Amino acid sequence: MRAALEVSKELDVAILTKVYPSRSHSGAAQGGIAASLANSEDDSWEEHMFDTCKGGDYLNDQDAVEEYVKSASRVIYELEHMGCVFSRDKDGKIAQRAFGGHSKPRACYSADRTGHAILHALHEQLLKNAKSIKIYNEWYMHSLIVEEGRCKGVVVSDIRTGEVEVMQAKAVIFCTGGYGRVFKITSNAFAGTADGVIAAYRAGIPLQDTEFVQFHPSGLWRQGILFSEAARGEGGTLLNSKGERFMEQYAPSRMELAPRDIVARAEQSEIDEGRGIDGKDYIHLDLTHLGEARIMERLPQIRQLGIDFIGVDCVNEKLPIQPTAHYSMGGIPTDMFGQVVIDDKGTPLTGFFAAGECACVSVHGANRLGTNSLLEAVVFGERSGRSALEFAREAELQPLNEKHQKTKTLNLFEEIYQRDGTESYNDIRNEMKEVMMSQCGVFRDEKRLKDCISKIKSLQTRYKKGKITDKGNLFNTELYEIIELGNMLKMGEIIATGALNRKESRGGHFRKDFPERDDTNFLKHSLLSEADDGEGIQINYKDVTITRYKPAKREY
Amino acid sequence: MATFKIKRYNPEIQREPYYEEFQYDPPEGTTLLDSLNEIKWTQDGTLSYRMSCRSAICGSCAVKANGHAILACQRQAEHVIKNDTVVLEPLGNMKPIKDLVVDFDPFWEKINKVTPYLKPEETKPEKERHQSQAQFSIIDDSSTCIMCGACYSDCNVLEVDDNFLGPAALAKAQRFVGDSRDKDRKARVEQLSEPGGIWDCTHCGECVERCPKPAEPFHRIKEIMTVALEEGVHNNNGARHALSFTKSIKHSGRLNENVLPVESIGFLGVKGIVNLVQDNLKMLMQGKVPTVIKDVFGLIPVGLRMLKKGKIPPIIHHSVDDVDDVKRIFKELKQ
Repeated sequence: MRAALEVSKELDVAILTKVYPSRSHSGAAQGGIAASLANSEDDSWEEHMFDTCKGGDYLNDQDAVEEYVKSASRVIYELEHMGCVFSRDKDGKIAQRAFGGHSKPRACYSADRTGHAILHALHEQLLKNAKSIKIYNEWYMHSLIVEEGRCKGVVVSDIRTGEVEVMQAKAVIFCTGGYGRVFKITSNAFAGTADGVIAAYRAGIPLQDTEFVQFHPSGLWRQGILFSEAARGEGGTLLNSKGERFMEQYAPSRMELAPRDIVARAEQSEIDEGRGIDGKDYIHLDLTHLGEARIMERLPQIRQLGIDFIGVDCVNEKLPIQPTAHYSMGGIPTDMFGQVVIDDKGTPLTGFFAAGECACVSVHGANRLGTNSLLEAVVFGERSGRSALEFAREAELQPLNEKHQKTKTLNLFEEIYQRDGTESYNDIRNEMKEVMMSQCGVFRDEKRLKDCISKIKSLQTRYKKGKITDKGNLFNTELYEIIELGNMLKMGEIIATGALNRKESRGGHFRKDFPERDDTNFLKHSLLSEADDGEGIQINYKDVTITRYKPAKREY
Repeated sequence: MATFKIKRYNPEIQREPYYEEFQYDPPEGTTLLDSLNEIKWTQDGTLSYRMSCRSAICGSCAVKANGHAILACQRQAEHVIKNDTVVLEPLGNMKPIKDLVVDFDPFWEKINKVTPYLKPEETKPEKERHQSQAQFSIIDDSSTCIMCGACYSDCNVLEVDDNFLGPAALAKAQRFVGDSRDKDRKARVEQLSEPGGIWDCTHCGECVERCPKPAEPFHRIKEIMTVALEEGVHNNNGARHALSFTKSIKHSGRLNENVLPVESIGFLGVKGIVNLVQDNLKMLMQGKVPTVIKDVFGLIPVGLRMLKKGKIPPIIHHSVDDVDDVKRIFKELKQ
């Protein structure tokens, strides 16, 4: 939406979404959006930059990080001017609080529904600018049209009618989110199924750093839905079955507010070593000492989630939590202007842009800090929108073979309708999620990853032998779920392949057989692309841009 | 084992909706949405509904369970199953598309009617505009709305009056009426006081019951009414009704039902008559039917029916015995 608003300043733009814009998963972000406003304590963009790079285990491209953190204050003031609702401090300024990995309180927030506040503020601006922004609600994007080295549009279908269309465009921006749904325990919406990332991959664009998946430390036990890090920012503690604040053993200086990768690993270690609560696979998040008044002011939604989803009122009881697949650091490679690039030399794919979780700039490196993703969505939404606008202003629509493009998707529909096998898509989906979680999750090693890849490949074969029950055109959610599953099976293979190849531990990627960071061999981005046969995965590398902060040992 | 009785509808196959029963035993600690998914994924893939976030923030999965709108992801399955059965239907007041999926277009059209964005002063400060914590708290609840349509579905006014803006749009309107940064408060409440707006709400409170968030539209509607009265937007039946009601209670401790309907139309007092004549002349000049004709002639049959059933209020209006106490309450309230 931020990108569309930027484009709409001069040109007409269409937003295509498989849900509604107000239902995008950015709305589930709870804790805050980072900026060194210095409203409560002295702060600077340099400190924000350093925290981001250290948090990212120095895999961040620092030229991009610098631009990104420098823009932070301005874009937040812009959101405020648009009407975004922010919690306020005593002086009426935007309130800021502490967050994991940030050395200063720089999370601007709207109670514990910051993403929702920003999403709706931007949605309001779409409605205000309806003359130049057309919204296609509940449309699905099937493929990216790339011909003669140039992006020409997308092939889409209307979920409501099943009608397949070609949407020709001078410029295309993907803001299609992440792929947490490949994992069993995830905070992600059902919509987070890798559609955009896989469409880019299928169009010949490599994917960058996909082995880096963030596991958030406070997912609700079994459901995986999110309890914001703000709960720890406000003073919540983590306890094992012995009632110990185990973070003392793992990050004594930052305790519960260490970066997410470190806290998630600490939790998983406690669980794996038998110190989960009642020996089960969860630990406790304790907020009982905060008091009802503070919880109601700062964390009201979290309290309600606990009551509704597990019958636990965090005012009096401890919340059961476990690591949950949360955020994809990797994605479609772009430069710092949102322009998609297709190789290690930064060759652009003309007319194609990406921003947000589906993109990899990379400002987050190997691990994203909390509150940095909403900031990314806004900053790079604006930047990709600006780049697309500048490009489209001079560009012409490109001729394309509409019939040929449509036929590919119609054939896919037909192929799915014709499958007459006995395999259950539900079993395939569950087995994929299970194996990705257990073999390619918080802790990885060579054996597990090889198992994972071979299992995913066998699932890909079984996927071809399923059978659909709904063959209608009208709101056929079964058809779309099957297509999404196909995307996720490929995505799982890509994640695990990247993880197997990266023989080191860095940020969100931890190899038990290579527990140290290896800057000599792996201080570089991975680029995974489709081999010429359309099946195999090729791996290349791209240098990391380091400007201000040389990689140092990462301790908290 | 529980019975999930689901209203099915697929006009591609069959014109009329029907109910189908599925047997499923939801494990403890799982949500109604989990049950729907299990039924879809293991029993009938054609079953259609919307869903996305699973954490009660995107607003996709609102459906009717046992006759009332809820978010399927927010409810534990065991809490909605009564006597081993739960009846699931699409949201009300919206046209079904397929099974539990309804057409949201009219819902969004109404949101669009309330100017759903901030209209601030033109000049922007370099940094953020200041807003006190007290000012923030006025829009805190309305800004939690997730546009799920649960209130819209169960609104009793919308059931009989398509023209009503509905609870969600009015809650959204309060989000800006109450925002200290908005400069259009007066214009907003004037627009919201027109037919189809705040005064058409019947105060049944159903939307408060159904709202899965603290947005609770009826409370927001009351807040807009208060602002409208404070801003002097009295020139409509709803505001006049509220003012006449208050006046009557203040003076006699009870409602004067003879005066209330006439005052609500604006037919009493010199000022009232002058305003009424002016407004209705204006309508005549614009070629519209003056509302006074509709209002007065609309009252006559109601009065006749009441007369027939012996429900006419006493001609002479008496005060309650302790009217001084009532006056004291008003005085204290004013202070």
